Amino acid sequence: MALTMPIPDRAVIDGRADLLARLARLLPQDALISAESALAPYECDALTAYTQRPLAVVLPRTTAEVSAILAVCHQAGVKVVPRGAGTSLSGGALPLADGIVLSLARFNRILEIDLENRCITTQPGVTNLSLTKAVEADGFFYAPDPSSQIACTIGGNVAENSGGVHCLKYGLTTHNLLGAEIVLIDGTVVRIGGGKALDGPGYDLLGIVTGSEGLLGVVTEVTVRIMPKPQGVGALLAGFPTVEAAGAAVAAIIAAGIVPGGIEMMDNLAINAAEDFCNAGYPRDVAALLIVELDGPSGEVEAQMDEVAAMLVAGGACTLKRTRDDAERLGFWAGRKAAFPAVGRISPDYLCMDGTIPRGRLAEILAGIESLSAKYDLRCANVFHAGDGNLHPLILYDANVADELQRAEDFGADILRACVAVGGVLTGEHGVGIEKRDLMGTMFDDTDLAVQQRLKCAFDGAGLLNPGKVFPVLHACAELGRLQVSGGKLRFPDMPRF
Amino acid sequence: MERLSPRTPDDLAGLIGAARTAGRGLHLVGRGTRAGLGHPVAAEAVLDLSAFSGIDVYEPAEQIVTLGPATPLALLRDVLAEQGQRLAFDPPDTGPLFGEGAGLGSIGGAIAANLSGPGRPRAGAARDHLLGVEAVTGRGEIFKAGGRVVKNVTGYDLPKLVAGSFGTLAALTRLTLRVAGRPPASVTAAILDLEAAAAGRLMQRIAGSALEPVALAYLPAEVALRCCHHPLAAAVVLVRFEGPAVALPERMADLQALVGAEAPIEAIEDEDSDETWATIRDVAGLLPDGERALWRIAVPPAAGCALALQLAAGLAGAHWFADWGGGRLWLSVPSGGDAGAGAIRAAARAAGGHAQLFRAPLAVKSRIPVFEPLDAGRALLENRLRDAFDPARILNPGKLG
Repeated sequence: MALTMPIPDRAVIDGRADLLARLARLLPQDALISAESALAPYECDALTAYTQRPLAVVLPRTTAEVSAILAVCHQAGVKVVPRGAGTSLSGGALPLADGIVLSLARFNRILEIDLENRCITTQPGVTNLSLTKAVEADGFFYAPDPSSQIACTIGGNVAENSGGVHCLKYGLTTHNLLGAEIVLIDGTVVRIGGGKALDGPGYDLLGIVTGSEGLLGVVTEVTVRIMPKPQGVGALLAGFPTVEAAGAAVAAIIAAGIVPGGIEMMDNLAINAAEDFCNAGYPRDVAALLIVELDGPSGEVEAQMDEVAAMLVAGGACTLKRTRDDAERLGFWAGRKAAFPAVGRISPDYLCMDGTIPRGRLAEILAGIESLSAKYDLRCANVFHAGDGNLHPLILYDANVADELQRAEDFGADILRACVAVGGVLTGEHGVGIEKRDLMGTMFDDTDLAVQQRLKCAFDGAGLLNPGKVFPVLHACAELGRLQVSGGKLRFPDMPRF
Repeated sequence: MERLSPRTPDDLAGLIGAARTAGRGLHLVGRGTRAGLGHPVAAEAVLDLSAFSGIDVYEPAEQIVTLGPATPLALLRDVLAEQGQRLAFDPPDTGPLFGEGAGLGSIGGAIAANLSGPGRPRAGAARDHLLGVEAVTGRGEIFKAGGRVVKNVTGYDLPKLVAGSFGTLAALTRLTLRVAGRPPASVTAAILDLEAAAAGRLMQRIAGSALEPVALAYLPAEVALRCCHHPLAAAVVLVRFEGPAVALPERMADLQALVGAEAPIEAIEDEDSDETWATIRDVAGLLPDGERALWRIAVPPAAGCALALQLAAGLAGAHWFADWGGGRLWLSVPSGGDAGAGAIRAAARAAGGHAQLFRAPLAVKSRIPVFEPLDAGRALLENRLRDAFDPARILNPGKLG
């Protein structure tokens, strides 16, 4: 594809042996990987279409080691790509030929569970699901639940501001953080946020680091809030004859002031793929299926189940099931949770997109996707976090057919442009990474991007942390400082676009 | 002092660009009711942003509103209420605390100071509801960031940075906020006559339960007395529940079971419940009587009431109450000397928190920093951040100390 990365710095590549020697002095032997064969597992993340071997991989265990590694790289002008579990769908952890990968995999301990203050302090390499596992016996859970939660790490969640199916009620990662320790590229260790207190002093650096895709600092410790497990949970499963009717039903529920734990939607192709894969018991002939989950105090769940059921019927649902039984409810979810592998079964490859739109524009966007599907001659299955307008169109293609990947990527880019055109955004929870980098210009003008890149300069003036991600054009910080603007367009000499 | 009154973002960018060239400081003013927050601004001109007022787009079904930052908060609340909606972060009306009238403040001032009410622990802070901004940097550049949807990770989350920056990074011209539906019903449980330590422990049990309280506060007797809408002249733990009316009696019964029969619960219903929480939100129980200083302290919630007791015992004439289940303390002290700064900051830090001098006579502010001092590495980073947005330091110079 057209995607290119910054031109590698030949001098850094040539200086690899010296760099390895310096890193080896900082780290135990098992914390530095440099053998070609051992580097292979790090050459991509979950955006597997792109691969690159790094100069080396370091696996530090302590903040002091992270600080020392970054200070050496800073001094030597070596780029650093931080990596959690490598589950990024946007290429956030794609290595650079002239950089090292800094893996936080060995920061794998929970440091403190404080039930009284309802928080956990943890190292960043702990998996998302382990946080809930650590406190569920005491009646608590960690709310953000990205679908990769069994593998993805909390540090990666901070970097990407991960969501999940329950963020409609409980918020994204950013809403569930209290504090963090980060290490800047020059090795400085900084505490951001409020520790265990809300709304820490100074500028909201915790807010800005969350979702910064590894470009501002390396997270070495996180304090997250945990929530009491809800007293009751219930779910409704409703089939609709048209996507429009399903979309309108979602809008009606939200407009009524009800905040469900989650509302998910699947279109007919996704429903049938899921049925073929795991026999979830979904109606095969409906245009759209909604799963509405309600949780909270038992009486409230019951009352809201009645209210939502009435709305679904009034909105034209042609099938409706409801349950307060845990096993049956998990059955409702089985097909949705298996949607990605189910689609993987009916197609050799697929691309997972991630735009967000205003809820009211859903039907319009779906009609647009359908016509794009015809234009590019590729199938597209749609699953959504419908409650917050976050779409995950899955574009089906075969990488072994000439030009199908290119067509799939063009199709995806057109979908995201359409999302922006109706007032939405390029990415709701997967991050920009390399995948949507070159589309940033559809949402932001040159000035908007320059303001963002100057923020990067405040943290990382030499541009060594995860360069090539998020921003379509790299500018030296000195140049950004001098820039004068006019009508949203920066005047600069021809910059290489990559 | 000269007063600059731009009408459009282009005017504003021109004025800021010129001020940058001239190295001339600007005091940003929306409705002018929150000037008492932070340190006094030392500027050569007032930048009057009151033209950036009014609601541009309100889409109740999408639960968003796009508006000018100088829009009066009271007006916004009325417009939202007509559609059965509200701002979930429920920003306080700080006017009366600073000797201004009630109901005059702007939404932009609340955002710039990141002001949130009693619902903050569950509903999120002001900054969590700011989805998008249009603004002008201290370089005179017009920029936008964020968007108009909740789920958005496209680029850095600059709205979070701008919220709570007290106008020192950029001048806001347009905001997009998330709004929320009003619950069909609400009730407040009052648990009377608990002493502070016991109240602090009880609040943690309630906050850690599955009852989903939306707000949780403790008022010692002398503050409960001064809250005009509160009918009970005794120390009280207040617990607010919201939801379908049919489900609320069960919640009150579950709370009674959790608290135990020895502490009977009284119900404060509907409007009375709303007014009680507005009183807590606006810190009305600690309105200044004479020369006093008001501290706002954030701590881990379980430490709150014990810390307040410790501080009140050491500071003559101190009054306090706890919001956010103990996570936020409001402490009013006589303004002599350092207004308790040394003792309060040391104790707050030891408890894992931080303190802001929310209101104080200017003489006190000239002696002690209003905002919690930052450590060296953090301060250096924030300084570089200001370089990025406002290299000449012309936006609200002196505000942060």
